[in-house]
Amino acid sequence: MNRVKEVVILSGKGGTGKTTLTASLSKIIPDKVIVDADVDAADLFILLEHTRKKSTKFRGKSVASIDKNKCIKCGECERQCRFDAIHKDSDGNFSVNFYKCDGCALCTYVCPVHAIQMNEEIVGDWYVSETAFGTMVHGHLIPGAENSGNLVTLLKHEAQLIAKEKGIKRIIVDGPPGIGCPVISSLSGATLALIVTEPTLSGIHDLDRILSICKQFRVEAKIVINKASINKENVEKIKQFALKNSIEIIGEIPFDRCVVENLSQKLTPIDTDNCKTVRKEIEKISQYISARF
Amino acid sequence: MWITVASGKGGTGKTTVAVSLALSVKNAMYVDADVEEPDGALFIKPVIKETFPYTEPIPKIHTDKCIFCGKCADACVYKAIAILKPIRKAMFFPELCHSCGLCAYVCPVKGAIEEVPKEKGKIRKGGKDSHKFMEGILNIGEASATPLIRGMKKYIPKDMDVIIDAPPGTSCPVVESVEDSDFVLLVTEPTPFGLNDLELAVQIVRKMKLPFGIVVNKHEKNNNLVRTYANKEGIDILAEIPFSKEIAEAYSRGIPVVNVIPNGKELFANIFRKIKERLNE
Ligand code: SF4
Ligand code: SF4
Ligand code: SF4
Ligand code: SF4
Repeated sequence: MNRVKEVVILSGKGGTGKTTLTASLSKIIPDKVIVDADVDAADLFILLEHTRKKSTKFRGKSVASIDKNKCIKCGECERQCRFDAIHKDSDGNFSVNFYKCDGCALCTYVCPVHAIQMNEEIVGDWYVSETAFGTMVHGHLIPGAENSGNLVTLLKHEAQLIAKEKGIKRIIVDGPPGIGCPVISSLSGATLALIVTEPTLSGIHDLDRILSICKQFRVEAKIVINKASINKENVEKIKQFALKNSIEIIGEIPFDRCVVENLSQKLTPIDTDNCKTVRKEIEKISQYISARF
Repeated sequence: MWITVASGKGGTGKTTVAVSLALSVKNAMYVDADVEEPDGALFIKPVIKETFPYTEPIPKIHTDKCIFCGKCADACVYKAIAILKPIRKAMFFPELCHSCGLCAYVCPVKGAIEEVPKEKGKIRKGGKDSHKFMEGILNIGEASATPLIRGMKKYIPKDMDVIIDAPPGTSCPVVESVEDSDFVLLVTEPTPFGLNDLELAVQIVRKMKLPFGIVVNKHEKNNNLVRTYANKEGIDILAEIPFSKEIAEAYSRGIPVVNVIPNGKELFANIFRKIKERLNE
């Protein structure tokens, strides 16, 4: 069966206004399922009033645990673990660091007395919620847990099922920051990556890296420049960069304090009348996406 | 003393704060552990003296020795190896491999699996005036930043004042950057997002039992969001950096906040002094 079209909003660097833009677009673009794939810092729900319909535990990670009654304290597991996850604690017992354990199970093989077991840990929850603008799939991980990539894959899969069942046309995904595993998961199978950047040196630097990822995973990319009025020169640089790489810039949102002011009231720029110029540009981007994807 | 600058959320100004702090402490070393998007160099503009690859071992299966028993594939929890017994074929998927070494450990045939180094990223070292600089750059397409950060930490001197710029968020690589630090500085902004992510970051550092404090960036007059929270939780706010278009504009040109606001050096030296005092209590 065909995949429902997925538009993933990414930024590479954090703080470019990705989530605010996603929330705004989600309010304007019709006929979609919304996914918050920024599972390490899931903030979209703050801007989208919602009621939880379904809540599920996420078991994402196996962690080793040592039975101290069986352990003969030979130290072999500590020596062999490549993730530096096993150490002698203050009581002289060998114990596993939950955060550092990668779940590889090597220690269970090297232990001469079979004192080590792998246990699946609950590392988060995920939800299906209803908003006034459509169904939203979101989740959160226990801080410090890994496996956000798997959770992203799961959320997107659930969104696909919901969209197909209800005959919904598209999925809008608030992507994670960075270029690592969760970003790769959010790009996999996506139709369009909307990259939100800002005209700062770091914004440009990160844009380059995130676009390489899109290219590597063969996902079409478009750029939105946020806070465009901060630095005209850098906007020019982004434009030249985009031209050189044949990537279209589909919006330039000006810098306006109203965005932050609204945000502190948990409002998006399109919710009020004080943010007209920002709002107009976001509407333009929405139309562009609705018409093509 | 190692101070890690972290923030639950990206874009709070973590890097400009970390760089500013490093520049305000004599002979300090700045370490960019935000290896997915290392931007610190844009602000410090260091002279790079040394660049070297960071590698992790991955298996290489020698099919002339392999007996296709499938033990390695069964053991690998990441499914990075597939052995097709009937047609005597071994497949390896490097992007799934976590370099744990288990396949080589379980393989019954000597020499069938050889562990060979694979580049995960680069480490660059250098300096600017009296300040030392180091950064890690994760190779595009690598799934996890954690090994590179773990590797970088081996090059940080123990007896120096070191400012580590952690990745944003609250996931595993952040834990790796924060671990072994003497103090964690959490940079936040006074928005509902900022606060939500700050709370997550606080959960981690509390669990790790590390001393920590808050710097509020983009502070606006009359906005007490973070103050109220910090008061309630009994967390120190070590500084409040005002919001201004000048700072944002200077940032866009790669100028850290310490060089924009009046008394910048003092403000950051003060943060450092407060941390030192707290650790000596
Ligand atoms: S499962 Fe792997 S990472 Fe975890 S403690 Fe054992 S050897 Fe170390
Ligand atoms: S290898 Fe087994 S017996 Fe040896 S220290 Fe580890 S848990 Fe204990
Ligand atoms: S365990 Fe060793 S011999 Fe067996 S299939 Fe794997 S590489 Fe070949
Ligand atoms: S090193 Fe570990 S993860 Fe990589 S293939 Fe071998 S068992 Fe799998």
